[in-house]
Amino acid sequence: MNRFPKLALLCICLSLCSSVFAVIETYSFSDTQLEQRYRRLSGELRCPKCQNQNIADSNAPIAQDLRKLLYEQLEAGASDEEILDDMVSRYGEFVRYRPRFGGVTLALWIAPVVLLLLGLSAVTLVLRASTKNSSTRSDALSDAEQAQLNALLSPDLSSDDNSNSGPGVQDKS
Amino acid sequence: MPPRLKLFLPLIIFVVLAGFLFRGLSLDPKALPSALIDKPLPEFELTRLADNAQLRRADVVGRVALFNVWATWCISCRVEHPYLQVLADQGIPIYGINYKDENSAAQRWLNELGDPYVANIVDTEGTLGLDLGVYGAPETYLVDASGVIRFRHVGVVDERVWSNILQPIYQQLLTDEG
Repeated sequence: MNRFPKLALLCICLSLCSSVFAVIETYSFSDTQLEQRYRRLSGELRCPKCQNQNIADSNAPIAQDLRKLLYEQLEAGASDEEILDDMVSRYGEFVRYRPRFGGVTLALWIAPVVLLLLGLSAVTLVLRASTKNSSTRSDALSDAEQAQLNALLSPDLSSDDNSNSGPGVQDKS
Repeated sequence: MPPRLKLFLPLIIFVVLAGFLFRGLSLDPKALPSALIDKPLPEFELTRLADNAQLRRADVVGRVALFNVWATWCISCRVEHPYLQVLADQGIPIYGINYKDENSAAQRWLNELGDPYVANIVDTEGTLGLDLGVYGAPETYLVDASGVIRFRHVGVVDERVWSNILQPIYQQLLTDEG
Protein backbone atom coordinates (compact mmCIF):
# COMPACT_ATOMS: atom_id res chain seq x y z
CA MET A 1 0.00 0.00 0.00
CA ASN A 2 2.83 2.27 0.83
CA ARG A 3 4.60 1.36 -2.40
CA PHE A 4 2.18 2.91 -4.79
CA PRO A 5 2.93 6.61 -4.12
CA LYS A 6 6.66 5.94 -4.42
CA LEU A 7 6.15 4.23 -7.75
CA ALA A 8 3.97 7.09 -8.96
CA LEU A 9 6.60 9.58 -7.85
CA LEU A 10 9.26 7.67 -9.78
CA CYS A 11 7.08 7.68 -12.88
CA ILE A 12 6.52 11.42 -12.59
CA CYS A 13 10.25 12.02 -12.15
CA LEU A 14 11.11 9.89 -15.15
CA SER A 15 8.52 11.61 -17.31
CA LEU A 16 10.12 14.95 -16.53
CA CYS A 17 13.39 13.93 -18.19
CA SER A 18 12.35 15.14 -21.62
CA SER A 19 14.65 16.43 -24.30
CA VAL A 20 14.20 20.01 -23.17
CA PHE A 21 16.18 19.30 -20.03
CA ALA A 22 18.91 17.35 -21.79
CA VAL A 23 20.58 20.46 -23.17
CA ILE A 24 23.40 21.64 -21.01
CA GLU A 25 24.28 25.10 -22.22
CA THR A 26 21.71 27.84 -22.37
CA TYR A 27 21.50 30.59 -24.92
CA SER A 28 19.63 33.79 -24.34
CA PHE A 29 17.86 34.95 -27.44
CA SER A 30 17.06 38.51 -28.33
CA ASP A 31 13.62 37.39 -29.45
CA THR A 32 11.31 34.59 -28.30
CA GLN A 33 10.57 33.86 -31.93
CA LEU A 34 14.24 32.97 -32.40
CA GLU A 35 14.11 30.67 -29.40
CA GLN A 36 11.18 28.80 -30.87
CA ARG A 37 12.97 28.42 -34.17
CA TYR A 38 16.08 27.25 -32.29
CA ARG A 39 14.03 24.56 -30.52
CA ARG A 40 12.44 23.42 -33.75
CA LEU A 41 15.63 23.39 -35.82
CA SER A 42 17.77 21.74 -33.15
CA GLY A 43 15.12 19.02 -32.93
CA GLU A 44 15.21 18.53 -36.67
CA LEU A 45 18.97 18.43 -37.17
CA ARG A 46 20.66 15.13 -36.67
CA CYS A 47 23.91 14.69 -34.79
CA PRO A 48 26.56 13.35 -37.20
CA LYS A 49 28.46 11.48 -34.51
CA CYS A 50 25.73 9.86 -32.41
CA GLN A 51 23.60 8.94 -35.28
CA ASN A 52 20.14 8.48 -33.91
CA GLN A 53 19.90 11.61 -31.83
CA ASN A 54 19.07 15.11 -32.85
CA ILE A 55 21.48 17.84 -31.84
CA ALA A 56 19.11 19.03 -29.10
CA ASP A 57 19.32 15.68 -27.32
CA SER A 58 22.97 14.89 -27.83
CA ASN A 59 25.82 15.80 -25.53
CA ALA A 60 28.49 14.97 -28.10
CA PRO A 61 30.97 17.84 -28.61
CA ILE A 62 30.01 18.03 -32.27
CA ALA A 63 26.36 18.54 -31.29
CA GLN A 64 27.40 21.35 -28.94
CA ASP A 65 29.30 22.97 -31.79
CA LEU A 66 26.32 22.65 -34.09
CA ARG A 67 23.99 24.16 -31.48
CA LYS A 68 26.39 27.06 -31.09
CA LEU A 69 26.55 27.49 -34.85
CA LEU A 70 22.75 27.33 -35.05
CA TYR A 71 22.44 29.97 -32.34
CA GLU A 72 24.91 32.27 -34.07
CA GLN A 73 23.20 31.88 -37.41
CA LEU A 74 19.78 32.58 -35.89
CA GLU A 75 21.03 35.70 -34.14
CA ALA A 76 22.68 36.82 -37.39
CA GLY A 77 19.25 36.76 -38.98
CA ALA A 78 19.57 33.75 -41.28
CA SER A 79 16.38 32.14 -42.53
CA ASP A 80 15.52 28.50 -41.77
CA GLU A 81 16.23 27.63 -45.38
CA GLU A 82 19.69 29.23 -45.29
CA ILE A 83 20.59 27.50 -42.03
CA LEU A 84 19.52 24.07 -43.25
CA ASP A 85 21.32 24.56 -46.58
CA ASP A 86 24.47 25.53 -44.72
CA MET A 87 24.28 22.45 -42.48
CA VAL A 88 23.67 20.22 -45.50
CA SER A 89 26.69 21.71 -47.29
CA ARG A 90 28.85 20.54 -44.38
CA TYR A 91 27.37 17.18 -43.51
CA GLY A 92 25.16 16.21 -46.43
CA GLU A 93 21.41 15.45 -46.44
CA PHE A 94 22.16 13.02 -43.63
CA VAL A 95 22.08 15.87 -41.14
CA ARG A 96 18.36 16.52 -41.67
CA TYR A 97 15.68 14.30 -40.25
CA ARG A 98 13.36 15.61 -42.95
CA PRO A 99 15.58 15.54 -46.04
CA ARG A 100 14.72 17.69 -49.03
CA PHE A 101 12.55 16.10 -51.70
CA GLY A 102 14.47 15.30 -54.86
CA GLY A 103 17.91 14.18 -55.99
CA VAL A 104 19.52 11.40 -54.00
CA THR A 105 16.76 11.45 -51.37
CA LEU A 106 14.05 10.70 -53.94
CA ALA A 107 14.19 6.96 -53.26
CA LEU A 108 13.82 7.66 -49.55
CA TRP A 109 10.61 9.62 -50.09
CA ILE A 110 9.06 7.43 -52.75
CA ALA A 111 9.97 3.95 -51.50
CA PRO A 112 7.31 3.83 -48.71
CA VAL A 113 4.52 4.78 -51.14
CA VAL A 114 5.70 2.24 -53.72
CA LEU A 115 5.95 -0.49 -51.08
CA LEU A 116 2.49 0.37 -49.74
CA LEU A 117 1.01 0.17 -53.25
CA LEU A 118 2.77 -3.16 -53.85
CA GLY A 119 1.38 -4.52 -50.59
CA LEU A 120 -2.13 -3.28 -51.36
CA SER A 121 -2.11 -4.80 -54.85
CA ALA A 122 -0.85 -8.11 -53.43
CA VAL A 123 -3.70 -8.13 -50.91
CA THR A 124 -6.32 -7.32 -53.57
CA LEU A 125 -4.96 -10.04 -55.86
CA VAL A 126 -5.10 -12.63 -53.10
CA LEU A 127 -8.59 -11.55 -52.01
CA ARG A 128 -9.90 -11.56 -55.57
CA ALA A 129 -8.45 -15.02 -56.23
CA SER A 130 -10.06 -16.45 -53.10
CA THR A 131 -13.54 -14.98 -53.83
CA LYS A 132 -13.32 -16.25 -57.41
CA ASN A 133 -12.49 -19.75 -56.18
CA SER A 134 -15.33 -19.86 -53.67
CA SER A 135 -17.91 -18.61 -56.20
CA THR A 136 -17.06 -21.16 -58.90
CA ARG A 137 -16.81 -24.03 -56.50
CA SER A 138 -20.35 -25.23 -55.68
CA ASP A 139 -21.12 -27.11 -52.52
CA ALA A 140 -23.26 -29.67 -54.34
CA LEU A 141 -21.54 -32.94 -55.19
CA SER A 142 -21.23 -34.15 -58.74
CA ASP A 143 -22.72 -37.51 -59.70
CA ALA A 144 -19.42 -39.26 -59.53
CA GLU A 145 -18.66 -37.78 -56.10
CA GLN A 146 -22.10 -38.77 -54.82
CA ALA A 147 -21.56 -42.34 -55.98
CA GLN A 148 -18.18 -42.44 -54.25
CA LEU A 149 -19.69 -41.12 -51.06
CA ASN A 150 -22.47 -43.69 -51.15
CA ALA A 151 -19.95 -46.45 -51.63
CA LEU A 152 -17.99 -45.27 -48.60
CA LEU A 153 -21.00 -44.85 -46.34
CA SER A 154 -22.99 -47.96 -47.12
CA PRO A 155 -21.45 -51.26 -45.95
CA ASP A 156 -20.37 -53.17 -48.99
CA LEU A 157 -21.48 -56.79 -48.70
CA SER A 158 -19.11 -58.18 -51.24
CA SER A 159 -16.05 -57.03 -49.33
CA ASP A 160 -17.44 -58.37 -46.03
CA ASP A 161 -16.42 -61.94 -46.92
CA ASN A 162 -12.74 -61.42 -46.40
CA SER A 163 -13.11 -59.27 -43.30
CA ASN A 164 -11.17 -61.90 -41.34
CA SER A 165 -8.02 -61.29 -43.32
CA GLY A 166 -8.34 -57.51 -43.11
CA PRO A 167 -6.09 -55.64 -40.77
CA GLY A 168 -8.94 -53.50 -39.44
CA VAL A 169 -11.96 -54.64 -37.52
CA GLN A 170 -12.03 -58.21 -36.37
CA ASP A 171 -14.96 -60.00 -34.82
CA LYS A 172 -14.18 -61.63 -31.55
CA SER A 173 -16.44 -64.58 -30.84
CA MET B 1 1.34 -16.94 -63.27
CA PRO B 2 1.69 -20.71 -63.64
CA PRO B 3 0.92 -22.52 -60.37
CA ARG B 4 4.29 -24.22 -60.43
CA LEU B 5 6.10 -20.87 -60.42
CA LYS B 6 3.87 -19.71 -57.60
CA LEU B 7 5.31 -22.46 -55.43
CA PHE B 8 8.77 -20.95 -55.83
CA LEU B 9 7.63 -17.46 -54.87
CA PRO B 10 8.53 -17.79 -51.15
CA LEU B 11 11.97 -19.10 -52.13
CA ILE B 12 12.53 -16.19 -54.51
CA ILE B 13 11.47 -13.68 -51.85
CA PHE B 14 13.77 -15.37 -49.35
CA VAL B 15 16.76 -15.28 -51.69
CA VAL B 16 16.27 -11.59 -52.52
CA LEU B 17 15.84 -10.69 -48.85
CA ALA B 18 18.86 -12.79 -47.85
CA GLY B 19 20.90 -11.04 -50.53
CA PHE B 20 20.06 -7.61 -49.14
CA LEU B 21 20.65 -8.67 -45.55
CA PHE B 22 23.97 -10.29 -46.42
CA ARG B 23 25.09 -7.06 -48.10
CA GLY B 24 24.02 -5.20 -44.98
CA LEU B 25 26.42 -7.25 -42.87
CA SER B 26 29.43 -5.69 -44.55
CA LEU B 27 28.14 -2.10 -44.59
CA ASP B 28 29.28 0.34 -41.94
CA PRO B 29 26.21 2.18 -40.64
CA LYS B 30 28.42 4.94 -39.26
CA ALA B 31 30.08 5.70 -42.57
CA LEU B 32 29.01 9.15 -43.68
CA PRO B 33 29.69 10.34 -47.20
CA SER B 34 31.45 13.68 -47.06
CA ALA B 35 29.47 16.57 -48.48
CA LEU B 36 32.72 18.32 -49.37
CA ILE B 37 34.07 15.88 -51.94
CA ASP B 38 35.07 17.84 -55.06
CA LYS B 39 34.54 21.11 -53.21
CA PRO B 40 37.39 23.49 -52.36
CA LEU B 41 39.01 23.32 -48.96
CA PRO B 42 37.16 25.91 -46.80
CA GLU B 43 38.74 29.28 -46.20
CA PHE B 44 40.28 29.75 -42.77
CA GLU B 45 42.46 32.14 -40.87
CA LEU B 46 44.15 30.32 -38.01
CA THR B 47 47.60 30.03 -36.49
CA ARG B 48 50.45 27.61 -36.95
CA LEU B 49 51.20 25.40 -33.96
CA ALA B 50 54.98 25.74 -34.12
CA ASP B 51 55.26 29.55 -33.97
CA ASN B 52 51.71 30.99 -33.78
CA ALA B 53 52.23 32.55 -37.21
CA GLN B 54 49.15 33.40 -39.23
CA LEU B 55 48.05 30.58 -41.53
CA ARG B 56 45.49 30.85 -44.33
CA ARG B 57 44.07 28.53 -46.92
CA ALA B 58 46.42 29.94 -49.57
CA ASP B 59 49.44 28.98 -47.43
CA VAL B 60 48.65 25.29 -47.40
CA VAL B 61 47.26 24.54 -50.86
CA GLY B 62 49.31 24.26 -54.04
CA ARG B 63 50.29 20.62 -54.11
CA VAL B 64 48.64 17.26 -53.56
CA ALA B 65 48.64 16.72 -49.80
CA LEU B 66 47.00 14.91 -46.94
CA PHE B 67 45.16 16.88 -44.26
CA ASN B 68 45.02 14.93 -41.05
CA VAL B 69 42.59 15.95 -38.29
CA TRP B 70 44.04 14.94 -34.94
CA ALA B 71 44.09 15.75 -31.24
CA THR B 72 45.96 14.59 -28.17
CA TRP B 73 42.70 13.47 -26.53
CA CYS B 74 42.04 11.15 -29.47
CA ILE B 75 43.29 7.67 -28.67
CA SER B 76 43.07 6.38 -32.24
CA CYS B 77 45.31 9.27 -33.30
CA ARG B 78 48.08 7.84 -31.14
CA VAL B 79 47.62 4.52 -32.93
CA GLU B 80 47.75 6.28 -36.26
CA HIS B 81 50.73 8.50 -35.52
CA PRO B 82 53.61 6.07 -36.29
CA TYR B 83 52.20 5.30 -39.72
CA LEU B 84 51.88 9.01 -40.55
CA GLN B 85 55.59 9.23 -39.73
CA VAL B 86 56.25 6.42 -42.21
CA LEU B 87 54.29 8.28 -44.90
CA ALA B 88 56.10 11.54 -44.14
CA ASP B 89 59.44 9.74 -44.45
CA GLN B 90 58.36 8.66 -47.94
CA GLY B 91 58.03 12.34 -48.79
CA ILE B 92 54.26 12.64 -48.71
CA PRO B 93 53.21 16.09 -47.51
CA ILE B 94 50.86 15.89 -44.53
CA TYR B 95 49.26 18.94 -42.97
CA GLY B 96 47.89 18.55 -39.48
CA ILE B 97 44.68 20.09 -38.23
CA ASN B 98 45.00 20.11 -34.46
CA TYR B 99 41.32 19.84 -33.60
CA LYS B 100 39.98 21.22 -30.31
CA ASP B 101 43.21 20.68 -28.49
CA GLU B 102 45.55 22.50 -26.16
CA ASN B 103 48.63 23.94 -27.80
CA SER B 104 51.00 22.84 -25.03
CA ALA B 105 49.70 19.25 -25.08
CA ALA B 106 49.93 19.12 -28.86
CA GLN B 107 53.47 20.49 -28.87
CA ARG B 108 54.53 17.96 -26.23
CA TRP B 109 52.97 15.15 -28.28
CA LEU B 110 54.98 16.16 -31.35
CA ASN B 111 58.19 16.47 -29.34
CA GLU B 112 57.76 13.04 -27.83
CA LEU B 113 56.34 11.05 -30.72
CA GLY B 114 57.86 12.85 -33.68
CA ASP B 115 56.42 15.39 -36.08
CA PRO B 116 55.26 14.02 -39.44
CA TYR B 117 53.50 17.26 -40.38
CA VAL B 118 54.63 19.95 -42.79
CA ALA B 119 52.67 22.37 -40.61
CA ASN B 120 49.93 22.18 -38.02
CA ILE B 121 46.84 24.34 -38.21
CA VAL B 122 45.60 25.17 -34.73
CA ASP B 123 41.82 24.74 -34.67
CA THR B 124 41.09 25.18 -30.97
CA GLU B 125 37.48 26.23 -31.47
CA GLY B 126 36.84 23.57 -34.08
CA THR B 127 35.65 26.13 -36.63
CA LEU B 128 37.65 24.66 -39.51
CA GLY B 129 36.49 21.25 -38.34
CA LEU B 130 32.88 22.43 -38.54
CA ASP B 131 33.42 23.79 -42.05
CA LEU B 132 35.03 20.51 -43.09
CA GLY B 133 32.18 18.48 -41.62
CA VAL B 134 34.51 16.68 -39.21
CA TYR B 135 32.59 14.44 -36.85
CA GLY B 136 35.34 12.50 -35.17
CA ALA B 137 39.11 12.42 -35.15
CA PRO B 138 41.14 11.05 -36.79
CA GLU B 139 39.98 12.04 -40.24
CA THR B 140 42.20 12.36 -43.27
CA TYR B 141 41.43 14.42 -46.36
CA LEU B 142 43.14 14.14 -49.71
CA VAL B 143 43.40 17.58 -51.28
CA ASP B 144 44.63 18.12 -54.83
CA ALA B 145 47.00 20.78 -56.13
CA SER B 146 44.22 23.29 -56.75
CA GLY B 147 42.96 22.94 -53.18
CA VAL B 148 39.94 20.77 -53.93
CA ILE B 149 39.03 17.97 -51.51
CA ARG B 150 39.09 14.67 -53.38
CA PHE B 151 38.64 12.09 -50.68
CA ARG B 152 37.95 11.71 -47.00
CA HIS B 153 38.85 8.79 -44.80
CA VAL B 154 37.32 8.62 -41.33
CA GLY B 155 39.35 6.57 -38.88
CA VAL B 156 42.92 5.44 -38.56
CA VAL B 157 45.15 5.50 -41.63
CA ASP B 158 47.31 2.41 -41.56
CA GLU B 159 49.27 0.34 -44.05
CA ARG B 160 46.11 -1.39 -45.33
CA VAL B 161 44.05 1.80 -45.72
CA TRP B 162 46.92 3.60 -47.39
CA SER B 163 47.79 0.95 -49.97
CA ASN B 164 44.19 -0.10 -50.70
CA ILE B 165 42.33 3.19 -50.65
CA LEU B 166 44.40 6.35 -50.31
CA GLN B 167 47.52 5.62 -52.33
CA PRO B 168 45.70 4.84 -55.62
CA ILE B 169 43.83 8.16 -55.40
CA TYR B 170 46.99 9.99 -54.34
CA GLN B 171 48.91 8.60 -57.32
CA GLN B 172 46.04 9.47 -59.64
CA LEU B 173 46.03 13.06 -58.38
CA LEU B 174 49.80 13.30 -58.88
CA THR B 175 49.59 12.08 -62.47
CA ASP B 176 46.65 14.43 -63.15
CA GLU B 177 48.75 17.29 -61.91
CA GLY B 178 51.84 16.32 -63.87
